[in-house]
Amino acid sequence: MIQAILVFNNHGKPRLVRFYQRFPEEIQQQIVRETFHLVLKRDDNICNFLEGGSLIGGADYKLIYRHYATLYFVFCVDSSESELGILDLIQICFVETLDKCFENVCELDLIFHMDKVHYILQEVVMGGMVLETNMNEIVAQIEAQNRLEKSESRRLSAAPARAVSAVKNMNLPEIPRNINIGDLNIKVPNLSQFV
Amino acid sequence: TSLMSFHIQRMPAPIRLRELIRTIRTARTQAEEREMIQKECAAIRSSFREEDNTYRCRNVAKLLYMHMLGYPAHFGQLECLKLIASQKFTDKRIGYLGAMLLLDERQDVHLLMTNCIKNDLNHSTQYVQGLALCTLGCMGSSEMCRDLAGEVEKLLKTSNSYLRKKAALCAVHVIRKVPELMEMFLPATKNLLNEKNHGVLHTSVVLLTEMCERSPDMLAHFRKLVPQLVRILKNLIMSGYSPEHDVSGISDPFLQVRILRLLRILGRNDDDSSEAMNDILAQVATNTETSKNVGNAILYETVLTIMDIKSESGLRVLAINILGRFLLNNDKNIRYVALTSLLKTVQTDHNAVQRHRSTIVDCLKDLDVSIKRNFSPARRAMELSFALVNGNNIRGMMKELLYFLDSCEPEFKADCASGIFLAAEKYAPSKRWHIDTIMRVLTTAGSYVRDDAVPNLIQLITNSVEMHAYTVQRLYKAILGDYSQQPLVQVAAWCIGEYGDLLISGQCEEEEPIQVTEDEVLDILESVLISNMSVSVTRGYALTAIMKLSTRFTCTVNRIKKVVSIYGSSIDVELQQRAVEYNALFKKYDHMRSALLERMPVMEKVTTNGPTEIVQTNGETEPAPLETKPPPSGPQPTSQANDLLDLLGGNDITPVIPTVPTSKPASAGGELLDLLGDINLTGAPTAAPAPASAPQISQPPFLLDGLSSQPLFNDITTGIPSITAYSKNGLKIEFTFERSNTNPSVTVITIQASNSTELDMTDFVFQAAVPKTFQLQLLSPSSSVVPAFNTGTITQVIKVLNPQKQQLRMRIKLTYNHKGSAMQDLAEVNNFPPQSWQ
Repeated sequence: MIQAILVFNNHGKPRLVRFYQRFPEEIQQQIVRETFHLVLKRDDNICNFLEGGSLIGGADYKLIYRHYATLYFVFCVDSSESELGILDLIQICFVETLDKCFENVCELDLIFHMDKVHYILQEVVMGGMVLETNMNEIVAQIEAQNRLEKSESRRLSAAPARAVSAVKNMNLPEIPRNINIGDLNIKVPNLSQFV
Repeated sequence: TSLMSFHIQRMPAPIRLRELIRTIRTARTQAEEREMIQKECAAIRSSFREEDNTYRCRNVAKLLYMHMLGYPAHFGQLECLKLIASQKFTDKRIGYLGAMLLLDERQDVHLLMTNCIKNDLNHSTQYVQGLALCTLGCMGSSEMCRDLAGEVEKLLKTSNSYLRKKAALCAVHVIRKVPELMEMFLPATKNLLNEKNHGVLHTSVVLLTEMCERSPDMLAHFRKLVPQLVRILKNLIMSGYSPEHDVSGISDPFLQVRILRLLRILGRNDDDSSEAMNDILAQVATNTETSKNVGNAILYETVLTIMDIKSESGLRVLAINILGRFLLNNDKNIRYVALTSLLKTVQTDHNAVQRHRSTIVDCLKDLDVSIKRNFSPARRAMELSFALVNGNNIRGMMKELLYFLDSCEPEFKADCASGIFLAAEKYAPSKRWHIDTIMRVLTTAGSYVRDDAVPNLIQLITNSVEMHAYTVQRLYKAILGDYSQQPLVQVAAWCIGEYGDLLISGQCEEEEPIQVTEDEVLDILESVLISNMSVSVTRGYALTAIMKLSTRFTCTVNRIKKVVSIYGSSIDVELQQRAVEYNALFKKYDHMRSALLERMPVMEKVTTNGPTEIVQTNGETEPAPLETKPPPSGPQPTSQANDLLDLLGGNDITPVIPTVPTSKPASAGGELLDLLGDINLTGAPTAAPAPASAPQISQPPFLLDGLSSQPLFNDITTGIPSITAYSKNGLKIEFTFERSNTNPSVTVITIQASNSTELDMTDFVFQAAVPKTFQLQLLSPSSSVVPAFNTGTITQVIKVLNPQKQQLRMRIKLTYNHKGSAMQDLAEVNNFPPQSWQ
């Protein structure tokens, strides 16, 4: 099983963080940071497997990564996955698909289209298991869903009211007015700055 | 309400995700970024509060971005739910994504989620159904899984392959969360393998694998699928080019790997299934194109399957040869997996692995930092090398390992050094070689060795009477001007004190004798005393050495008296105590001095324990070629005699522990020399009978007559009763013992862990600790999963070095995951049978 898929750049800035097992947010961030420090230390010409150790999952888990220009793609997997197979998966199923969907993908594409990257990944890996390895099939399904979104936005710009009423009819509990913001200490925003 | 509407009108449209990202990217410091995010969060919160529907989508997308950067975004959870409940696919898409990233399993919102997902699983658009399946398969809690398993099962039978593949993986998740729901999916699995779509085939194999791994009943049930899986695999490798599934000239390597994995589980411990897949495994192993990584992934998987099932021996050799070929591959990853798997198989297929020894050792030598520097592969190569050391190859292997010890990273040195000590102890071809090897370790990695290395070496030296002059001379040279390796200095100081007379007299047959005067020797010891590199213990050794020299040297006694009296006021209490005592010895008890400081007698307990020969536990059954010619060495009656006894005793049909005369070893050895004389008739040079390990074992036919066909494990004592070391919560651990006759201080314990509960124990780690007088080496376990219902065991080998033959005691620590929770237990094992240590 794939425990986590992490993409970060050469400076450790996360570009995609996807955990298939629940970890508290702080731990997630710590894992990203430590993984970054682990892979950063390694030359490009050395082996692409690392034992994650105490980081995630324990001794049974391995970090398998590939480094492309400015980005590291790291998969954390257990022994039920083939190490060499995962290396192929990163390259053939994920990165090449991204390349096809974004036409010469670069870091900026991942930054500004985080949601789309997630959608693509969702067609490759589901619940920590490999779903589809045929790139053409993945791309076709992504394009079909993008078309569906586009047609909706055209239709909906004509009838926004329908959506509004749909949401209003939902039987959801009221959000508490008094949101606990903890120690965040959010100041009153200067809204004009964001206009 | 008028106020509200006024507010909404005043509220500007929230900025787009794109703009937010741009703004954040302008931040020059972390603090600046945090401030920007906090402002935006506040804006998003108020927008949420306004129940703004138009921009909810956009706001959640921004929250997900912040969440990725590590900022809290949980206040968006309910908004995700609202998006999921929307009619729009666009809303649902981001809503479900948000739910997967932000919601945790404990949330009460799961109830609401369950309803939304249930509706969407029955939606008319496949992509909405797909989203619901994906979300359930990612974060569904056990309650959700119970409620929705029926819908998943329905979708598993649909003809729509896009939904069917997702339903299969969703079913895996359901089974993981609620194992008792497994039966429900059984009918749907019937037709899964007839599917043409590779996506569905792939996920179906994943589902079948999960069911087989979870339940022995399912495993037995699905064994009938072996022919079908074999057929699919055959079609994949034989069908030729199919553009749809081609990856670098290979047809769907990912599916092939999955099927090979499932075959491995089905064939494990089952003769019929293994038999049914033998041919296809051989075909895959020989027909797969290896110029691309994808081909190697398949080959690697094939190897693992061959090693795990009950495969024919020819096939196993083929598999190990594939791994041997992997070691020559330029790709580091492939070399790494090869080393890892060889290490796993070295216990079971020793001889086949032994054939690739030189390639394995080359991985140590590889000057390219890769294999060496990052910890795991280097460790693999090192462990594997130690596992391959035996009496026949010890010299060659040690040369490589010493070279590795020299150049390896500090983190390896301690383990490498103890590995060398253990191997030398077990297989040393001669005492001189043994002493040289330990000295090499102390010179190159002295500060990394364990504490007991010093007394062990001293014992070894004391008992090698004929080596004293040689040893003291070597040690004297080794520490000249370099006191940095403290253990080495300690051994040297001890030997100089003990054998100073031999050092001065320059009687050494082995080496060019050195010319040193008494004063020069004392100079060295005194500079050890004052060197700031010397720790307190080392100074103690040096002072005692100086004292001993007072009876071995003739013209420097006054100088010695002076040194001793100076240290009578040392601030080091330990040193002062010694000096005061020695002073008193000079002044009050001078008549006893020479008797007290007499040369140490041979330590009896190690007489049977010195370097021993002809150990074949890492056994090559065929006569191994002699690797290095044994150098001539002085006569070693004691050890030879014992070894011969061992050999003869061990070859007895009923294995007995030969009682080796320990009380008067020297004389016993003398009597047995006659025996040796006979052996030398076979052609071994008379001058060097002892270290000629390989020729003696392989050449004299009359000695080993009738035994050549059976593995030469004849130095191992069997018949020691095994014990149950641990039995609790369904986990049982048994110890079985073996002891080497030639080296009775090594006890080899094989542990077998079995599991009688209905669930596998995963991530099983066995650790053991022994009191300081023992040394312990834990070899790699056969697996990390103890299968349920006693359907298999994990085995692991522990080697215990017990030079003082003390009663064995062991503390063990067990960690594993069972039924979803991490278990840990400590236990003390005190019921070792006396035969295992006496």
